[in-house]
Amino acid sequence: MVRVKNAFMKCYLALVLLFLYAPIFVLIVLSFNDSRSRVTWGGFTLRWYGSLLSNRQILEALETTLFLGLGSAAAATVIGTLGAVGIQAMRKKGYRVVMSLTNIPILNADIVTGIALMLWFVRFIPLGFGSVMIAHITFNIPYVILSVMPKLKSLNLSIYEAARDLGAGGVYAFFHIVLPQIGSGILAGFFMALTMSMDDFVITYFTKGAGVNTLSTMIYGEIRKGIKPEMYALSTLLFAVIFVILLVFNALSGKGKNTEDVIERSR
Amino acid sequence: MKRKYFATPYIIWIVGFTVLPLIAIGASALTGDDGAFTWDNVLAIAEPINRQALFFSLAIAFGCTILCILLAYPAALFLKNFRFQRKGFTIFLLVLPMWMNFILRILAWQMILSKNGILNFLLAKFGASPLAISNTWIALMIGMVYDFLPYMILPIFNAISDIDEDLIEAARDLGAGGGEVFRKVIFPLSVPGMLSGIVMVFVPAMTSFVIADILGGGKLQLIGNIIEQEFMKSMNWHLGAGLSISLMVLVLVGLAFTLRNDMEDGGTAIW
Amino acid sequence: MNRKAVCAALIAAGILALGGCGKAEPTEYLTVFNYGEYMDPDVIDQFTEETGIGIKYEEALTPEELYAKYSSGAIDYDLVCSADYMIQRLIEEGEAQKVDFSSMEYAGNIGDRFWEFSQAFDPNNEYALPYFYGTIGILYDTTRVKEPVDSWGVLFDGSYKNDIIMQNSQRDTFMITLKYLGYSLNTSDEGQLREAQQLLIRQKPDVQAYLVDEARDEVVAGNAAMAVVYSGEAYLGHEYNEDLAYVVPKEGSNVWIDSWIVTRHCKNPEAAAKFLDFLCREDVAEKNFEYIYYSTPNEAVVENMDEELRNDPAITPTEEDMANCEVCTQTDPEVTKLYNELWKELKAD
Repeated sequence: MVRVKNAFMKCYLALVLLFLYAPIFVLIVLSFNDSRSRVTWGGFTLRWYGSLLSNRQILEALETTLFLGLGSAAAATVIGTLGAVGIQAMRKKGYRVVMSLTNIPILNADIVTGIALMLWFVRFIPLGFGSVMIAHITFNIPYVILSVMPKLKSLNLSIYEAARDLGAGGVYAFFHIVLPQIGSGILAGFFMALTMSMDDFVITYFTKGAGVNTLSTMIYGEIRKGIKPEMYALSTLLFAVIFVILLVFNALSGKGKNTEDVIERSR
Repeated sequence: MKRKYFATPYIIWIVGFTVLPLIAIGASALTGDDGAFTWDNVLAIAEPINRQALFFSLAIAFGCTILCILLAYPAALFLKNFRFQRKGFTIFLLVLPMWMNFILRILAWQMILSKNGILNFLLAKFGASPLAISNTWIALMIGMVYDFLPYMILPIFNAISDIDEDLIEAARDLGAGGGEVFRKVIFPLSVPGMLSGIVMVFVPAMTSFVIADILGGGKLQLIGNIIEQEFMKSMNWHLGAGLSISLMVLVLVGLAFTLRNDMEDGGTAIW
Repeated sequence: MNRKAVCAALIAAGILALGGCGKAEPTEYLTVFNYGEYMDPDVIDQFTEETGIGIKYEEALTPEELYAKYSSGAIDYDLVCSADYMIQRLIEEGEAQKVDFSSMEYAGNIGDRFWEFSQAFDPNNEYALPYFYGTIGILYDTTRVKEPVDSWGVLFDGSYKNDIIMQNSQRDTFMITLKYLGYSLNTSDEGQLREAQQLLIRQKPDVQAYLVDEARDEVVAGNAAMAVVYSGEAYLGHEYNEDLAYVVPKEGSNVWIDSWIVTRHCKNPEAAAKFLDFLCREDVAEKNFEYIYYSTPNEAVVENMDEELRNDPAITPTEEDMANCEVCTQTDPEVTKLYNELWKELKAD
């Protein structure tokens, strides 16, 4: 009975994962397709991987994407975590107002956020890499706050108060008492922000300056004439690298404490 | 230093880059082509075509949310039982697909679902008759559920795996059966996670347009498509802004009404 | 600890990647706004190498999108390439700067008849430089469409249910319908436009999808029997699937000319003119042609083309087809508004 149940659960999970990974498999297969058209199979080839390495535009876009993603996620994590800590200490009314404002970038259609920011930037700063960075930080912060907030709620604040009573400064108490307890939420927020930043197209499109390209804006530009196979090759490589890193981490950590998490440890 | 001042940089940021731009867009929404004040753009959402698209979006977003819950709940439950070495690994397994470009993934779905696509090819191999779902609302729904499912699984999974094992043990010791443990312990404690999931799925589903364009064959019009058209094709920014402001207010009101305090509390972290 | 290691490694990788590039930066720049994938990236590099002028390159998918970003004033573009009617609109709004094409070394490579076509929206040939052109027609699968196709009627007579791909662009879709009904595609007559809309609403059940970008692929893959496409896409479709054929229906169609203008923001018209001249140079134009495979107005390139390409109506539209086609010059805001409404109604039906 238990075995049947186990088998059923495994099957179900396998199906869900298949659903989530099906398009990824398609992208991987396309990266080996020896035809410029995605709908015809021209045989197996590795040449897109070769031409990827010599494609300056794509590599530059990758670099911009990574830098933008890591930079904006890092900045959003710092501002958002501090923000969450502060918001939580606010009175009910202030708390409500700020948390509603926090939801705006999530509630707003991307296109509205993008155009609003573009029109806003135009008044003060020239569009360039900086403006995209600000835009990404802006839409990333809410995800950090939403990840950190629940951890803060379950945080035992009396330790913090005790530290303060014993003479610790606010900053010191924050780094030594609060931060370790909400670390998992912060890391989750960071990765969430990174994911959002790497996937965004619309807001980037409107807030970027000329000559700044991310993978998303590049792919968008390519839709008209057909996605370049190099893009599939790049996606496959990224996927493979991240996946291998994950497997290695999982295997390594499995040897140590086996129920501890990569990003959850506070409980 | 008082703890609430930690939020100062964030408050400055949100005022500078969220509130003020929003006010600017709000002002544009209340301006007509002639530059005079008008309510027309904001009220335009009630016009037959826009209203129809709004209701269709509501139906799709609602259906998508329900489907996501139905698919995600068992998945989250089962994932808890099958702990990989680390919980983090499970989470990354669910998040990893989202790191591939969104447009590429949706285009891949188009190839899977199309008439001579991969799905029908496989069906033919097994002797089944082909499905004609490409460019219909079914394809749109599949794409939406695909895109948003991780946002539902993750918070539910998080909430469930936060449940203290002792609590479940205690319930068992007191004579609760499997069903009862689920009904009286696990389910109630997973509700905050589900609420987070609902917000993370329903809200973006209301404003999405790319999936409808690619998988719906451009024949299905969501309110997101109309807003996109006003901005990008008709170049009527006032109307686009008006429609999206009213949409935002409607979604906010709807959420506040159904979720009350739970949403402000942030529910359970998505991760 | 592992977490921190991952973060550190990621950030380090990012910084390393960023530090990796360090070429001599040009002192002068031109900001160029073009359609996506509408210029060989090597051409841009080559221009910078030859002249020392750097290019900041921006892409848009549709003329409307381009206009949206241009008119926001967010970026001062020096050069813009777009569709005829959008170029006309920009010229009418005073956004274009006069360019002396006669003093250019290679502008003469552009055939006379294209300058004449341009006059539809640039009467004295003072602003716009033709870049690529083509027609709109039907790309169809000859294994599924047995009878010869020569009329737009095949899209509307209901014989190919759920097998037709239309353009997800109000202009293109209305234009061909107007042509089928025997009207001018530049009509501003509301009755004619409504008649076209009614026809499109009746046709909608037969339409499998309204697509912009993937229309070609759908026919190549056999998902649809026919699609309304730009001529250049038809050529590429034929490359991937030999059973496909392209026709410009006898009722006539639209001939489109994508052109360059120098905007009023351009502070360095000489550099801009240099860039335009460069694009007209035979080797450069040829490179671009081989990257894009749309019809080129550059006669020097056409002369050197393979016989096969030169005789392919998707690459080199025939004189007859061209004579049968109209340039789209409808920019009246009221008519555009009507178009938007009719299109929304069609989509909502």
